[in-house]
Amino acid sequence: MAGTTAPSPAGVPTNVTQGSQTKGGIGESTLRPDGTLKVTGEFAYSSDMWHEDMLWGQTLRSTVAHAEIVSIDTSEALAMAGVYAVLTYDDLPAEVKNYGLEIQDTPVLAHGKVRHHGEPVALVAADHPETARRAAAKIKIEYKELPLITDEASATAPDAVLVHEGRDDHHIGHVPHPNIVHRQPIIRGDADEAAKKADVIVKGEYTFGMQDQAFLGPESGLAVPGEDGGVDLYVATQWLHSDLKQIAPVLGLPEEKVRMTLSGVGGAFGGREDISMQIHACLLALRTGKPVKIVYNRFESFFGHVHRHPAKLYYEHGATKDGKLTHMKCKIVLDGGAYASASPAVVGNASSLSVGPYVVDDVDIEAIALYTNNPPCGAMRGFGAVQACFAYEAQMDKLADKLGLDRVEFRQLNAMEQGTIMPTGQPVDSPAPVAEILRRVKSRPLPPERQWEVADGDADVRELPGGLSNTTHGEGVVRGVGYAVGIKNVGFSEGFDDYSTAKVRIEVINGEPVATVHTAMAEVGQGGVTVHAQIARTELGVQQVTIHPADTQVGSAGSTSASRQTYVTGGAVKNSCELVREKVLEIGRRKFGSYHPAWATAELLLEGGKVVTDGGEVLTTIAEVLEDEAVEIEAEWRHRPTDAFDLVTGQGNGHVQYSFAAHRAVVEVDTELGLVKVIELSCAQDVGKALNPLSVVGQIQGGTTQGLGVAVMEEIIVDPKTAKVRNPSFTDYLIPTILDTPTIPVDVLELADDHAPYGLRGIGEAPTLSSTPAVLAAIRNATGLELNKTPVRPEHLTGTS
Amino acid sequence: MRVNFTVNGREQQADDVWEGESLLYVLRERMGLPGSKNACEQGECGSCTVRLDGVPVCSCLVAAGQVEGRDVVTVEGLADYAKQRAEHGGCGTGACGTSLDAAKQWEARPADSQTGEGTQLSPIQQAFIDAGAVQCGFCTPGLLVAADELLERNSEPSDADIREALSGNLCRCTGYEKILDAVRLAAAREGEAV
Repeated sequence: MAGTTAPSPAGVPTNVTQGSQTKGGIGESTLRPDGTLKVTGEFAYSSDMWHEDMLWGQTLRSTVAHAEIVSIDTSEALAMAGVYAVLTYDDLPAEVKNYGLEIQDTPVLAHGKVRHHGEPVALVAADHPETARRAAAKIKIEYKELPLITDEASATAPDAVLVHEGRDDHHIGHVPHPNIVHRQPIIRGDADEAAKKADVIVKGEYTFGMQDQAFLGPESGLAVPGEDGGVDLYVATQWLHSDLKQIAPVLGLPEEKVRMTLSGVGGAFGGREDISMQIHACLLALRTGKPVKIVYNRFESFFGHVHRHPAKLYYEHGATKDGKLTHMKCKIVLDGGAYASASPAVVGNASSLSVGPYVVDDVDIEAIALYTNNPPCGAMRGFGAVQACFAYEAQMDKLADKLGLDRVEFRQLNAMEQGTIMPTGQPVDSPAPVAEILRRVKSRPLPPERQWEVADGDADVRELPGGLSNTTHGEGVVRGVGYAVGIKNVGFSEGFDDYSTAKVRIEVINGEPVATVHTAMAEVGQGGVTVHAQIARTELGVQQVTIHPADTQVGSAGSTSASRQTYVTGGAVKNSCELVREKVLEIGRRKFGSYHPAWATAELLLEGGKVVTDGGEVLTTIAEVLEDEAVEIEAEWRHRPTDAFDLVTGQGNGHVQYSFAAHRAVVEVDTELGLVKVIELSCAQDVGKALNPLSVVGQIQGGTTQGLGVAVMEEIIVDPKTAKVRNPSFTDYLIPTILDTPTIPVDVLELADDHAPYGLRGIGEAPTLSSTPAVLAAIRNATGLELNKTPVRPEHLTGTS
Repeated sequence: MRVNFTVNGREQQADDVWEGESLLYVLRERMGLPGSKNACEQGECGSCTVRLDGVPVCSCLVAAGQVEGRDVVTVEGLADYAKQRAEHGGCGTGACGTSLDAAKQWEARPADSQTGEGTQLSPIQQAFIDAGAVQCGFCTPGLLVAADELLERNSEPSDADIREALSGNLCRCTGYEKILDAVRLAAAREGEAV
């Protein structure tokens, strides 16, 4: 009905479309419905849960990376005053003892052996968190260490120890070695033949460090045992129903006896896709009959969730003298660590997006994820596309330099556009303004040089690398500028049934129509709840919208990941609102149809709490239509389906939608000390349609900053000899502070994707891709160094590594 | 042990406090004030920032026993604290800072959102909402306490001043741009109101 141009019965040209007259609808920067609670400290995060009589749970984790468990002695811990329970593998109540997102390879508690540093071995419940910690420390575990698998060479050696013996998952049939989780090749055209046309060939080997999501709200929650033998779980997660599917079987409970409610989530970024403390808290609650709260501290949080896959990437590109790419060959090796988590899907992304937003007809691509004894890796914002972007963008600069072409113009010359065929054979069937976003970041005026200079030739050290450490007054400081662009898929790919569910209700309260939107979408900070209210206002023409807390009493919303929630759960809310609107109008026709011919002949809309014709004539109010009646509809909604990638050729329409962002980084480097200050990091991104412009910019700036972090500071250091994590704290794992983060100007394009609700594009991840290679390119530009590894540390810039 | 101290203007007593407990733990788990956050519990992130006798501190690094007889302001008391400061021409305790006019600072929002309606907020709290400085919100309480303290002693901070004052507070969602906007906005509104 929206967008109709048919004349009204009165013959007047019509211009009213659904939602066009309602305030606070889509396209406006309405404010967060949870904003007041969040600024007053009243918003209840999962670590704020409290219950009278509750106990505190504590996890005991392995101190070694790969070992047989010879014995566990819990007697001293159990004997401590205040301790209510100590659980090990032997205490698990159900037949099912493993869980996992795709492959159920992760033990709830270690059985017989541990496969990585920090694997959960035992649980304690006590009346004070310190008592629980001390009791856990009294559990005696004897380990017999096993050989370590830490990289591709050790994983695939002929006599390699298997991280998982007896694999029976659906990837084992097509991987070349049991220590490889999944392998996805993509072959299109003939890369070897095409290489003969190349005037220049560039080969590169790149290393991407292990990044942590470092969400600020630690893994936490409260499990309350129910009188029916079930359990109520209040927790921070990205996907309630996925958790539920993994939790219920290991508790030996039917899903309806595990009632999950989303607590306040202190950020996620992929790190809450996997189970952390959920099952452990439920086990302790069911064992003790008391509510049990678990809150990880930051140290434990570094062991409590998966990280971004570190990667080795081997690339070969060719190009002709006039700057056209001839072919690309690559091999991407992702370290998945000890358990599968989301590794198979990350492989699919890395492989299918490895060529970047460029036209290359002849490719030979291979991506694998390893099983090793390193920390498990899985989902993080950008999901496989981040690592690839770091490598292919470095290649683009090298190619342009070798050809003597401008780096941006070379990219534009090869940029994909609508109609381009991906390496998977899938056509790009919505706008792909790659050349345009590059043009936009390039055309911005550069920030003035030597901004640190103040009167009298002195320097404001706050504007210099090193800052208040006062390490330079400008001596040895050089500037560099770098560009990068990336492509990210939106939504779950490769044939996954990626649906969402929304329950929408409209009723009259105190004479005013009020809509209630109930979904299981995890609000993790992205602003999904804001957007849901906007959609309901637009589609139902009401002012008052209540967002029902997310729980498992409504159907699945899918995951808050893959930049998908505004698209998919937003789409579900829109769809349910449309169904509710039809129902309201149907009731109206029944009650009032005989009073006015427009009820039968005109397009009818809900605007400003009233039923109006598309000519703007008011027929009645929603309140009069509904009276005491409420209309409530729960419906699932799906985007168009995708296909799996062929396991040999990689061909298939695997992706739903793409998202594009470009960055320009301006850096200043103190070449003597190797300190980097990013001066400006501007971004241009196509968002299709900005449902909430303020939130869109916030997402882009936040994603950009996470990319900046892994460019210059963020890396989990795993000791190559012991596979132990060396820096599990915010003292040693650095994330950007406000001093490290430059101004981030954002240029938002809105080129509608006709396949998506309102033409929108998922936006959360794309800015995390190109920001890292842009910063690296700028540092290379400033220093002349090759820098094939991220993050860049001072020792890499001073030749002292 | 027993600890007596003032929290947000009210005298409080915490019993059975273990000597190793932090002020953060006592606030969150014994006082029912979970607004101060527990992101790192090692003094790196600033999410637990409170005012201790007016001084911003990481409450995770303050032993509960150290606050005996002292005055604590948390995010839950920030609106009242700012109001008191405005009315009494000084800081919340009436002893320091610059004069402000609270009545003019607070701006009601249009009715296109439930946000900010009916709740009296301090200028910095309102500015965080208006500027889009809140995403997941976990860093927000600590940032608000720190930013409010900055504006108390420097009503017209430069960007460099803001960055310096907030450099002990980590945020993982926003990239800090909107946080800078919020502090600039709060300062501008207070400037207009004076």
